[in-house]
Amino acid sequence: MNNRRSVIPGFGISLGITITILSIVVLIPLCSLVVFSAKLSLSEFVYTVTRPRILSGYFVSISTAFIASVVNVVMGLILAWILVRYDFKGKRFIDGIIELPFALPTAVAGISLTHLTTTNGWVGQIFYKLFGIKIAYTRIGITVALIFIGIPFVVRSVQPVLEKIDIQYEEAAFILGADSRTTFRKVIFPEILPAIISGFTLAFARSIGEYGSVVFIAGNTPYETEIAPLLIMSELQEYDYSAATSIALVMLGISVIILSINAVAQGIVSKRVNGKA
Amino acid sequence: MELRKENKVLKYVLVTISFIFLGVFLILPLIYIVITALKDGIAGYVNAVSDEYAIKAALLTIKATVFAVIVNTIFGISAAWLITKYAFKGKKILSTFIDLPVTVSPIIAGLIYVLTFGRQSSLYPILDSYGIQIIFAVPGIVLATIFVTFPFISRELIPVLTAQGSDEEEAAALMGAGTAKIFRKVTFPHIKWALLYGIVLCTARAMGEFGAVSVLSGHLRGKTNTLPLYIELLYQGYDFTGAFAASSILVVLAIVVLILRLVIEKRGQKELDLNK
Amino acid sequence: MKKKRILSLIVAATLGASLIACGNTSSGEVKEGSDKISAANAGEVIELTNVSYDPTRELYVAYNELFAKHYQEEFGKTVDVTQSHGGSGKQALEVANGLEADVVTLALEGDVQVVADAGLIDDGFTSEFDVDSSPYTSTIVFLVRSGNPKKIYDWNDLIRKDVGVITPNPKTSGGAMWNYLAAWYYFEQQGQSEKEILDSIKKLYANVVVLDSGARGATTSFVENKQGDVLIAWENEAFLSLQEYPGEYEIVVPSVSILCQPTVAVVDEVAKKHGTEDVAKEYLSYLYSDEAQEIEAKNFYRPSTKSIYDKYVFSTDSNTITEVPSDGKWINDNITLTDINHFGGWKKARADHFADGANFDSIYEQ
Repeated sequence: MNNRRSVIPGFGISLGITITILSIVVLIPLCSLVVFSAKLSLSEFVYTVTRPRILSGYFVSISTAFIASVVNVVMGLILAWILVRYDFKGKRFIDGIIELPFALPTAVAGISLTHLTTTNGWVGQIFYKLFGIKIAYTRIGITVALIFIGIPFVVRSVQPVLEKIDIQYEEAAFILGADSRTTFRKVIFPEILPAIISGFTLAFARSIGEYGSVVFIAGNTPYETEIAPLLIMSELQEYDYSAATSIALVMLGISVIILSINAVAQGIVSKRVNGKA
Repeated sequence: MELRKENKVLKYVLVTISFIFLGVFLILPLIYIVITALKDGIAGYVNAVSDEYAIKAALLTIKATVFAVIVNTIFGISAAWLITKYAFKGKKILSTFIDLPVTVSPIIAGLIYVLTFGRQSSLYPILDSYGIQIIFAVPGIVLATIFVTFPFISRELIPVLTAQGSDEEEAAALMGAGTAKIFRKVTFPHIKWALLYGIVLCTARAMGEFGAVSVLSGHLRGKTNTLPLYIELLYQGYDFTGAFAASSILVVLAIVVLILRLVIEKRGQKELDLNK
Repeated sequence: MKKKRILSLIVAATLGASLIACGNTSSGEVKEGSDKISAANAGEVIELTNVSYDPTRELYVAYNELFAKHYQEEFGKTVDVTQSHGGSGKQALEVANGLEADVVTLALEGDVQVVADAGLIDDGFTSEFDVDSSPYTSTIVFLVRSGNPKKIYDWNDLIRKDVGVITPNPKTSGGAMWNYLAAWYYFEQQGQSEKEILDSIKKLYANVVVLDSGARGATTSFVENKQGDVLIAWENEAFLSLQEYPGEYEIVVPSVSILCQPTVAVVDEVAKKHGTEDVAKEYLSYLYSDEAQEIEAKNFYRPSTKSIYDKYVFSTDSNTITEVPSDGKWINDNITLTDINHFGGWKKARADHFADGANFDSIYEQ
């Protein structure tokens, strides 16, 4: 055992519980995913996951998730900023409802967003009549649903970091002649950047895999509004297990990559914090 | 002085943008749900929410949520303890695996259980001979719910435990206290609020899970239909009022959970201030 | 120290295991349920699970009530039927994967075949009950908005550039396969070559605004979310929309269509396990009784019993239906129907049109 012994007892029991539950809930089921897609040869696997329709599915998922996450970064930043820095009426209310997308079932969100944004919905008709823009059943609609589910991530990862930044630094910068834009760029932004990245990656990862809200609003037209998780569903419904698992495996790979990026960002955060302490 | 002035304009702009954004994306859908739910009047609403199948679905949702919260609490505490109190090899990989479920598509979450416990799996004959059915039955729904909320509690605990350090526990251990005692007397008071907050988040997310559960449930009316699935069923049965009425149950639950969260945060903050 | 650590590891593992067992208490209930079924002879409630496709929701609500009454009178036992609805293909797959259905009542023979291929249904299920095990049939019609503003009368109107079409995805929906095949048959009747037919079908699907995964989802997109100008729908779905939204829609019966034969079957393996073979068989054969056939006709399925079918036929030259006829006679006989045999049976039709890389995929290739 290479482990550095800790004087605190209970290593075995906590390791035992953690590994047991982790294995049953996550590891063993994930293994079966690998086992099932291993039934295909490598060339078959590559063919399955690179068919044009599948590629377009990844593209739709990734591009809409990306745009939605960018919107959420901007809005998340603004929300975190006003929640930390300003006092205004309704602040507690805003703070309270940020997590609503977590708590509201995705299907319910999908249904109501669809109803609101069709060409005769409350919001949809405004956009349709004024600008000729259709929201529901287009990629815009998908993006709207993904913005909805991704709202809490950036706010909640930036907020605590922003709270910790000492206002004295800013004041110092201001006294030294920096205008507020420069202060933000040079003093605040570098501090919260890792938190932004981590919020972004989480929102992005969650959005790529989102299904419940998107199926209602997407329209599901191949090459246009067909998302990758829906492709997995339709492969399953065509009784093609190996194809479904292959696509799932690719998406899992994307998740792992995103998580690794996040881990790196987190590493930077902790380094900064430790460096300062 | 000048800084203040500039901030004021900026403040109003930013606050207004925020209100519009949240108003359109969060509040409007809620209003829509409530209005549609009440379209047929209060009587229609009461009728819809007291339907036999609606109640069964709600009970199943509560059951799955309770199980998920229990398992994730046990897991979350032990994983957070393990990660923050000991140094060992593979810690990074372990924490990546713990976080993985959040980024995995719910569809894939459902799929992996179908692959593991379905008829084409080699586990199926064994389970079947004991009469255990996992997918298309309640255990599958519980498993899926655990999966999608897996890291919620450990994630809340880890930062708190990291910040707190291990000194107190080490001291207690040196004085001869056992694991249970150290945890109860030393660690637990520190993580109490974070734990509650994690449980609240976990509950909220567990109640609303749709994608993963939809793959695993089999949609047996009155047996394996959770509230979100029941809503979909009503929605597709032209019963929009019923669907939105049932949705409003979840909306109310969600709001209760969020209020709870605020209360917990406030209490936690107060305690923290007192300690200072 | 090391020993102690190993010991606590074991303790933890047992704890974990007991936790899982805890999680399985709910599976205990499921088992209890099946015990109940085998104990049914003692006069308890018999539980039966019917896994069906999307549009039959209303039909089986009515039929289950009728059947429970019938079974009580005939055999003195109470039957409680649990329903599950969804896209036909998805439902078939779930049963094949272990969803414990005693009977399946799916949109087409091909989907029941999937369950049979999984080894759950004995061979020859299509001849187990009368008329190819299809107690009721349906066909494919168009649902348009009131007044038919886009002047849609037949299949060739669906490929006009200005028409928005709603139909579900044939890859996931049984009804959508029928839609596709009916369209194919029309263009074939127009004397088009296979290449020309494919081209027409391609134009048709280029007009599709929302490609839902199931028939019910498509209907919702059309009637509730007001998408598209025409919904290609099951006849029974179309009539249901007329009934639910009077004055808002019209049914247009195209010149040719297809005879859709939804197939029913006892899932032999599951029924054996549950001890419900007899009830399951009775459940499906009673679908052919006069009372049940009346219910099917009232839910706008074409009954298989000739005398009851004739009761619901009305003769007309018009192919537009603007309301549910007050005398209840709704079956329009003024339509040429092909059937699946024209396409060489389900196995061939699936391979030719709906398999990966087959005709349907090719129309989406860019």
